[in-house]
Amino acid sequence: MDVHPVYAPPPVIEPGHSFGTVTEKIAAIVLTRRHPYSWFFGLFVGFILTMMLLMAITWLLIKGTGIWGVNIPVGWGFAIINFVWWIGIGHAGTLISAILLLLKQDWRTSINRFAEAMTLFAVCCAGIFPLIHTGRPWLAAYWLLPYPNTMGVWPQFRSPLIWDVFAVSTYLTVSLLFWYVGLVPDLATLRDRARSIYIKRLFGMLALGWRGAARHWERYEAAYLLLAGLSTPLVLSVHTVVSFDFSIGIIPGWHATIFPPYFVAGAIYAGFAMVLTLAIPLRVIYGLEDFLTMRHLENMGKVMLVTGLIVGYGYMTEAFFGYYSANQYEKYMVLNRQFGPYWPFYWSLMVCNIIAPQFLWIKSVRTTPILLFVISQFVNVGMWLERFEIVVTSLHRDFLPSSWGWYWPTRWDIMTFFGTIGLFVTLFFLFIRVLPMISIFEMRTIVPEARVKGAKAH
Amino acid sequence: MNHTPPVPSLYGVMAEFADPTSLVNAARRTYDEGYRQFEAYSPFPIHETFEAMHLHDKRVPLLVLGGGIAGLVAGLGLQAWVSAVAYPLNIGGRPYLSWPMFIPVTFELTILFAAFAAVFGMFGLNGLPMPYHPVFNVERFAVHASQDRFFLAIEAKDAKFDLERTRAFLRGLGATEVNDVPE
Repeated sequence: MDVHPVYAPPPVIEPGHSFGTVTEKIAAIVLTRRHPYSWFFGLFVGFILTMMLLMAITWLLIKGTGIWGVNIPVGWGFAIINFVWWIGIGHAGTLISAILLLLKQDWRTSINRFAEAMTLFAVCCAGIFPLIHTGRPWLAAYWLLPYPNTMGVWPQFRSPLIWDVFAVSTYLTVSLLFWYVGLVPDLATLRDRARSIYIKRLFGMLALGWRGAARHWERYEAAYLLLAGLSTPLVLSVHTVVSFDFSIGIIPGWHATIFPPYFVAGAIYAGFAMVLTLAIPLRVIYGLEDFLTMRHLENMGKVMLVTGLIVGYGYMTEAFFGYYSANQYEKYMVLNRQFGPYWPFYWSLMVCNIIAPQFLWIKSVRTTPILLFVISQFVNVGMWLERFEIVVTSLHRDFLPSSWGWYWPTRWDIMTFFGTIGLFVTLFFLFIRVLPMISIFEMRTIVPEARVKGAKAH
Repeated sequence: MNHTPPVPSLYGVMAEFADPTSLVNAARRTYDEGYRQFEAYSPFPIHETFEAMHLHDKRVPLLVLGGGIAGLVAGLGLQAWVSAVAYPLNIGGRPYLSWPMFIPVTFELTILFAAFAAVFGMFGLNGLPMPYHPVFNVERFAVHASQDRFFLAIEAKDAKFDLERTRAFLRGLGATEVNDVPE
């Protein structure tokens, strides 16, 4: 007797696809000469902003950090705000590719590749800030990296700032390895499809001579699964370590045990918002609605809703910590955030991060791409405001009223920030032009003809 | 001078299949027939082929374990040496070997070394990068093996290999095409 499931989730790929059509559809984006005008427009905007970033960094290196808005008491300004924001965005890629792989979520297949690329580019943008934040990056080597130098000086391993260096560089390296390992079989496909001999050789070198042998696939899958298993605690550790930058300190509003889980949830929240920001236009521009189905968008909306609620819980706990601590500085910090000079930031943060995602409870909102896009923009802005509020409101009025101060970014801060957005856009647009943005070989495994008949499903 | 005329040597014989089910069946029958030096090629991993070919290579997980342990030892050792031997800093009389503070870096290096072991170990055991391999001499393989076709090649060095008989055997497996693979 056939058992018909009462509820089956909608398919992760539209019906009617075969090995040939998925290969053709995704590889053609890379290998055909024609490209949509919107791609050129996007690359142009990204490139202009990247030039602005270079200008801002050059001026910083010439003049020093005096051109920024930071001063005592707010010594941490845009640099760390943007660093934490970008790192958070970078969390979704590895989460999608690793955690959803271990949980056997088949809908990850069509979004993992570009989400991983997004991770890499976001981590690159994040990495710029700690490098330039002293204004003298060439001096950064000896206090960040443990290498024998002529001064006999070594880094302070008890400092969370050093943990950050190790966490972020490990994260970047492992994400890059994970991404490249996933790319190798697809690079072989591109090698075999390319018509021009130069492009064939280029992809041939990158594909390392991959030939799809069963012995290779067996080790490949073992390595890929292990990488996923290694990346899962890694991705959770990175934002935990970033949150230690704050929570190890004694500044009111920072010294709280809620920080690691609250930061990790925020990172996933921000990351999924950015994946949606990229996926919604991409599927329309490149006609990928068959692969990036409504189910993908809806699931990402659900993840955003859940992590948004965790973040909301984090905000409540933070406020509760302040009231319950019986510590006048902590109490004042909470009031100062809500009603002090930076009150518009706090309340717009609440609107963006707590109120906006509540619309995701409604199914018709989750299945309307334009509404999902708008909500992701709210979350993108909201997560930035969260970092601003944590960094600035805690620092500008800490303990002694005589040393209170004020922080406002200068045009150089703002140019650097928007410049990194430009760098991110540029790298991402170049990526979708030169590499397959959806994993072709994994898409082949989910088309119906990939089922081996007469064998039990694995 | 003794000039031997070049003899085109043979890597093996390759059969092409249209779908994964035929490949799995062919791999199982090839193994059961007694062939051992053969390989199945597919554009995506097929777990049933691994079973059909009786593959169980457990070296990648072992390498990863080794990499992880090496990273752990390196991370802890580096920090302990720097903090207690090379550059001891007495801050408020706190211990030099403050190991709880060494956990984050140790953890990150464990993951980093294990990931390196996974990736380089996998490529190393697979013999990649490999700039040349005879299977690509089969024209259809070079185009379709990474896209939509399934191949099985029996190598000439297999003890049971006999050109005529192996060709006939592969044809009998339902191959759409059987080709010789020049070295």
